[in-house]
Amino acid sequence: MLASQPKVAPPSDDRRWRLVEATMRRHGYDASALIEVLHTVQESFGYLDETSLHFVAESLGVPLSRVYGVATFYHFFSLKPQGKHNCVVCTGTACYIKGSASILSAIQENFQVRPGETTADNQLSVLAARCLGSCGLAPAVVFDGEIVGKLEPAAVVDKLRELIQT
Amino acid sequence: MIGDELIKIAQAEQAEKAQYPHHIHVCTGTPCLASRSDMVKQALEQELEQSGKARLCRVKGVGCKGLCAAGPLVSVEPDGILYQGVTPDDASVIVASLDSTPVKRLQCSLEMPFFKRQVKIVLENSGAIDPESIEDYIAADGYQALFHVLTMMTPAEVISQITKSGLRGRGGAGYPTGLKWSTVAKSHGERKFVICNADEGDPGAFMDRSVLESDPHRVIEGMAIAAYAIGASQGYLYVRAEYPLAVDRLKTAIRQAKKLGLLGENICGTPFSFNVDIRLGAGAFVCGEETALIASIEGKIGQPRPRPPYPAEHGLWGFPTLVNNVETFANVAPIIRKGAEWFSSIGNEKSKGTKVFSLAGRVVNNGLIEVPMGITLREIVFEIGAGIPDGRQFKAVQTGGPSGGCVPAQYLDMPVDYESLLEIGTYMGSGGMIVVDDTSSMVDVARYFMEFSMTESCGKCVPCRVGTAQMYNLLDSIAAGTATLEDLALLERLCDVVKHASLCGLGQGAPNPVISTLRYFRDEYLARIRQQEVV
Repeated sequence: MLASQPKVAPPSDDRRWRLVEATMRRHGYDASALIEVLHTVQESFGYLDETSLHFVAESLGVPLSRVYGVATFYHFFSLKPQGKHNCVVCTGTACYIKGSASILSAIQENFQVRPGETTADNQLSVLAARCLGSCGLAPAVVFDGEIVGKLEPAAVVDKLRELIQT
Repeated sequence: MIGDELIKIAQAEQAEKAQYPHHIHVCTGTPCLASRSDMVKQALEQELEQSGKARLCRVKGVGCKGLCAAGPLVSVEPDGILYQGVTPDDASVIVASLDSTPVKRLQCSLEMPFFKRQVKIVLENSGAIDPESIEDYIAADGYQALFHVLTMMTPAEVISQITKSGLRGRGGAGYPTGLKWSTVAKSHGERKFVICNADEGDPGAFMDRSVLESDPHRVIEGMAIAAYAIGASQGYLYVRAEYPLAVDRLKTAIRQAKKLGLLGENICGTPFSFNVDIRLGAGAFVCGEETALIASIEGKIGQPRPRPPYPAEHGLWGFPTLVNNVETFANVAPIIRKGAEWFSSIGNEKSKGTKVFSLAGRVVNNGLIEVPMGITLREIVFEIGAGIPDGRQFKAVQTGGPSGGCVPAQYLDMPVDYESLLEIGTYMGSGGMIVVDDTSSMVDVARYFMEFSMTESCGKCVPCRVGTAQMYNLLDSIAAGTATLEDLALLERLCDVVKHASLCGLGQGAPNPVISTLRYFRDEYLARIRQQEVV
C-alpha cells in the first residue's frame, strides 16, 4: 500500500496534532483507521471537537457524516470537554447488587451532576461505566484514573470534595 | 527462532530462578493494583535491599491469583505461602519470615475449597508467571505448542486435534471450535483472518481481562496456532479500551514475540508468517457480536448484519475470518501440548475441559475461578465461594449477563454445562456469575438488565430498538407498583416478539432475564402489581 502524503494541514500548530498524524500515517491514511485515530484525538485533547472531526474526515477521505456517526455511536468518545476532575462510577452487575445506585444519587445530591454530565463550574465530570471488570472490589469508583473499591456513598462524596479542593 | 533456542531461553530462565532460594510473587492484576500492590512490591524490594537479603529472594510481579476481594495478594515460593490484604508496612515482617515461620496474621490458607476445588488449564500460569516477561512464559512451556505445530503437524492434523478435544467456544454459545476452524480452513479466499474477541462487555464478567493481564502470550500463541490451521497470516485482537492494563500487556507481549521471531515472517524457520495487531473497542456492548465486531475493526459503526453468510465465509473485508473468544484461544496451546484425550477427559459428556467464571455479588469469596465443566452450582457458591455473607439467604445466581437468566435454589445441584443451563432457561455466557441474596428484588434485577440492553441496542432493527425500550417502561412501572395484570401480559408478549424477531444476539437475548425471573420469581412481580390494586 502506498502511504500517501498528508493532504490536509492540521488545524493549528498545536504539537498534539503530530500524535494524531502519526496514528494516521501508521495506518496508511486508510479509512479503516477511523476509530484508532479518534482514540488518539481523544487521548491527546480530552474530547472530540468539531475541528478535529473535520480534520480527521478530510485526512482519511471519509465523509464527515460517517466520522460523526462513529464518534456518537461509541460511548467511549466524548464530544464535550470534560471537567478538571473525573469520576467513573461502575454500574456493573456486582456493583449494582452492592449499591452503586446509592453512590450515584449521593453524587447527584451533593454536586448536582448526573452521569454523563459535568458540573457548571467545570470541576467534575461524572460517568457511569458498564463494568470495570473489578467486581471483587464492588462497588468500585475511578477517581481521575485511580480505581478505588468497596466504597460507601459518604466516602465517595468526601473523596470528591478532597479532589476538587486540590 | 528454532526449537533449540526456545529450550535455551527456558533453561536460562530456570537457571536464573535457581539462584534464589526464595521467590516472592506480588499480584499485579487490576483489582490488586487498585489496592496498591505496586507499592507493596516496591516496599518488599526495598526491604530485601536494606536487610541484605537481595541475593536470597527475588520479587516478581505476577498475574491474577484469583481471590480478588482479599487483595493485594502476595505469595512466597517455593514454600507455597499465600498472604492476603498485604500493605507496604508488612514488607519487613514478610522478609524477616523468609527463613522461619510464615506470618500468621496475613496468611490465607491454600487448603480452603476456593483453591482446592479449582482445576487450572487456562489460568495455569496466572499468578505464577510475570505477564511482562516472555522468558518466564517460555520457561513454563510457552510457545512449545506453536513450535510443535509448525514443525511436526499439518494444518488438518491441528484441526483434528482441536475437534477431538471437544473444545467449544467459551464466548457463550458453545459452538464446537474444531468445526468452526475447519469451516474457515475450507473456505476459499485470497486472504484469511483470525480475530480474537476480547470485547468482554457483560457487566459482572472479568475473565478475559484477567487472562489478558496475567498471561497474554498464551492468547497470542493460541491465535498463531489457529492462523496456521486455517491459513491466515494476519490477526486482530479486539480489546475494550476500558482495559488499559490488558492493552499495555498485550502490546508488550506482541513486541517481545516479534523480537524472538515467534510472530512475523517465517516463524520458527518455517514458511509460516503471522502478525497480530490490536484494535481498541470504544465502549459498545454490541461489538461483542461477531459481525458488529468485524464492522468495528473496519472502522465503521458497530452494527451487526444478518447471518448467513457467516464470518467463516464472508468476514473481515469480505474474506474468510475466524472469530474466537479469549478463553477459547487460551485453551489451544495446552490441548496441543498435552493432547486431545487429556483435555476431553476433563468435564462431562458434552462439555469438555474447564470454564473460568468470575464469581461476584453477594458471596464471601469474590474472584476468578476455573472449574471443571459439570461441577454443581452448589459447589461453586457454597464451597468455593464460601456461601452468602452477613447470614443472608441465597436467592439465585445470575449467569450469562444481560442475555442470560437466573438459576434459583432448586437447581443448585444441577451440573454447570452448556446444555443443562439452557434447559433451565439461562445460558453459559462468557462466565459472569453474580450471586443474588434475599435483599435484592428480582424485578429490579430484570429491570437493571433491560436498562442495559435498551441503552446498548445499536438501533438497527426495530424489535430490539423499540422492544427493549417498551419492556423497560413496563418493568419500570411494575417496579414502581403502578402496573396492571394486562401490563404483565403485554410484557410477556413482548418478550416473545423481541426474542424471535431481533437481528442479533443482543436483541434475541434481551428478554431472557425477564423470562427467567418470571419463570422462577413470578410472585415477586405479582406482589408489586397487587400492591397497586389494593391502593
